Amino acid sequence: MTATETAVGEKSYVEAVSGTIAQLMREDDDIFVAGEDVGAFGGVFSTFLGLHAEFGDRRVVDTPISEQAIVGLGIGAAVTGLRPIVDLMFMDFVLVAMDQLANQAAKLKYMFGGEATMPLTITTTGGAGLSAAAQHSQSLEAILCHIPGLKVVFPSNAYDMKGLLVSCVREDNPTVVVKNKLLLGTSCPVPDDLYAIPLGVADVVKEGRDVTIVAVGRMVNEALVAAEKLAADGIECEIVDPRTLQPFDTDTVVASAKKTNRIVVVHEAVQFGGIGAEMTAQITEGAFDYLDAPIHRIGAPFAPVPFSPALEQHYVPNAAKIEAGVRQVLGR
Amino acid sequence: MMDISDDVLRDLHRRMVRIRQFEEGAGKLAEQAKLPGFLHLYVGEEAVAAGACAALTDEDQITSTHRGHGHLVAKGGDFRRMMAELMGRATGYCKGKGGSMHISDLSLGMLGANGIVGAGTPIAVGAAFANRYRDNGKVALAFFGDGATNIGAFHEAANMACALHLPIVFMCENNGYGEFTPREKTMAITDVVDRAAGYGMPGVIVDGMDAVAVYEAAVEAVARARAGDGPTMIEAKTYRYYNHHGVQNMGVQYRTDDEIEAWKKRDPISGLEARMAELGVMSADDATAVWAEVEAELGDAVQFAEDSPFPEPEALLSDVYTVMEGAAR
Repeated sequence: MTATETAVGEKSYVEAVSGTIAQLMREDDDIFVAGEDVGAFGGVFSTFLGLHAEFGDRRVVDTPISEQAIVGLGIGAAVTGLRPIVDLMFMDFVLVAMDQLANQAAKLKYMFGGEATMPLTITTTGGAGLSAAAQHSQSLEAILCHIPGLKVVFPSNAYDMKGLLVSCVREDNPTVVVKNKLLLGTSCPVPDDLYAIPLGVADVVKEGRDVTIVAVGRMVNEALVAAEKLAADGIECEIVDPRTLQPFDTDTVVASAKKTNRIVVVHEAVQFGGIGAEMTAQITEGAFDYLDAPIHRIGAPFAPVPFSPALEQHYVPNAAKIEAGVRQVLGR
Repeated sequence: MMDISDDVLRDLHRRMVRIRQFEEGAGKLAEQAKLPGFLHLYVGEEAVAAGACAALTDEDQITSTHRGHGHLVAKGGDFRRMMAELMGRATGYCKGKGGSMHISDLSLGMLGANGIVGAGTPIAVGAAFANRYRDNGKVALAFFGDGATNIGAFHEAANMACALHLPIVFMCENNGYGEFTPREKTMAITDVVDRAAGYGMPGVIVDGMDAVAVYEAAVEAVARARAGDGPTMIEAKTYRYYNHHGVQNMGVQYRTDDEIEAWKKRDPISGLEARMAELGVMSADDATAVWAEVEAELGDAVQFAEDSPFPEPEALLSDVYTVMEGAAR
């Protein structure tokens, strides 16, 4: 290893959150963390573990179960110069805080004629697969992406989590970082030093010539499983992970569509009105003449997330559904 | 009763006259259809904003409401930029992007009027948190109405402020009506301040038509917050002379003429002028001079606003985000 190279170690998605926040807090006293159970308990998903021990009550703040006031706390502190990280324990609880998020945090700068800056990071944890049922399993990113003023990232692995989290915390705009429950325990090589992945830049996870799978969050892993299976039949999938959903990297996705001519978009959220609908429209606008088949969308059915594993396994999109979708757009 | 200096009395008077003149001026312009959108006038409630803001430093922060002009004027707002904003001009406080309901001046610690009832209170909690975090000695003061105490955001904010023991003052402007519905139909208590005890903060009732009384209560609450002794809630009983919005009588009688006239007899400005005359602090001529001076300021502001350009269409898409150096987009 040369002096300029940073050490790289296997780190979990959870460590990519807690460790990165600790590193950021060490270099900037304006950063604090607030939310339910984020203090000594370290967050219900352990994504804030160790922070309270290192930084204490002043900078790691346990709050009441008050989602509106948690976001409001972040807004008021951000607009007066701090750089808050506030946590909404489950993504479903975003809906409880929606006025502060959508009507206040997102719009303050514009409403004030540009005078305000809002360096506010909101972290939250979404996704199904744990029998947490209808109020603790949702993926609501499309609602957030619809609000001008917010930026929304959806990291699919520990490496992206660290780099995107760094960009979000350093961003002078309100950002929402979506953690996924089933990714919490996953790990991959992650550099020890801080690095930033710019917001609005997609990652071509795997190159291929036959079909493009645009996959959001955990669905990237499912797409990789599907791609491996399809490769056995000589079908080469290209997988694009948008990483940031707002702003959306239209250019990379459209370029991939022009290359492979066939598209499958997949996310865990309900298909109707999901971010996949927006992607589909953008690809159609940007690459209509290149498409050899209708774009195939995969999302959850139009029902709340069910409780029983017997139902939930049919609810959440998976590699098998992606494989079937690819075969459909290819006609084989 | 604290010793109120002559300068404080003059200051309170001037702040109230500025609010009254600005609002009456805005009302006239609205009647002439020169102001787009909604207009929630503060006339009648001047003592609350004046008394509260006189107790704050320029660096202390306030959050405001849909009825926010008076708060900004009391915090030292510039008539020109305010009037230009109300007219939707590029020279306005918000470049014509916010209007009456989002008027703000961060340099004066005015963190925005707010179109959502109660929504300013959690933001004030955040400002108070930042003040304590930085140990900068500043205090945040949240203005809100009686109606706002019925919404969840207020409850969350009040509880969190008390749980975290923050330097904040909750200033309730109880004008007796939530839009067009009387207070007694929307809550089962007479005094909003009864709610303070439930959060563990002291609650004080003051005559919201008396700027001195509001000032005295605010000075005490601000001192308490600044000393690290936590939040206070003040309920100022006051009244708005005009409707929830606009200046026109909307044809539906929801308040009696007798009620309106009874409150107008307790007008906060003429009341203070009489008191100051009695104390020999302000003669009739002095008072007339203040009104004339502010009238000239208003005339200049209206002229400035009318002469100002509307924003260019290109402005539509700027200020949605802070542009980050080296950002992809």
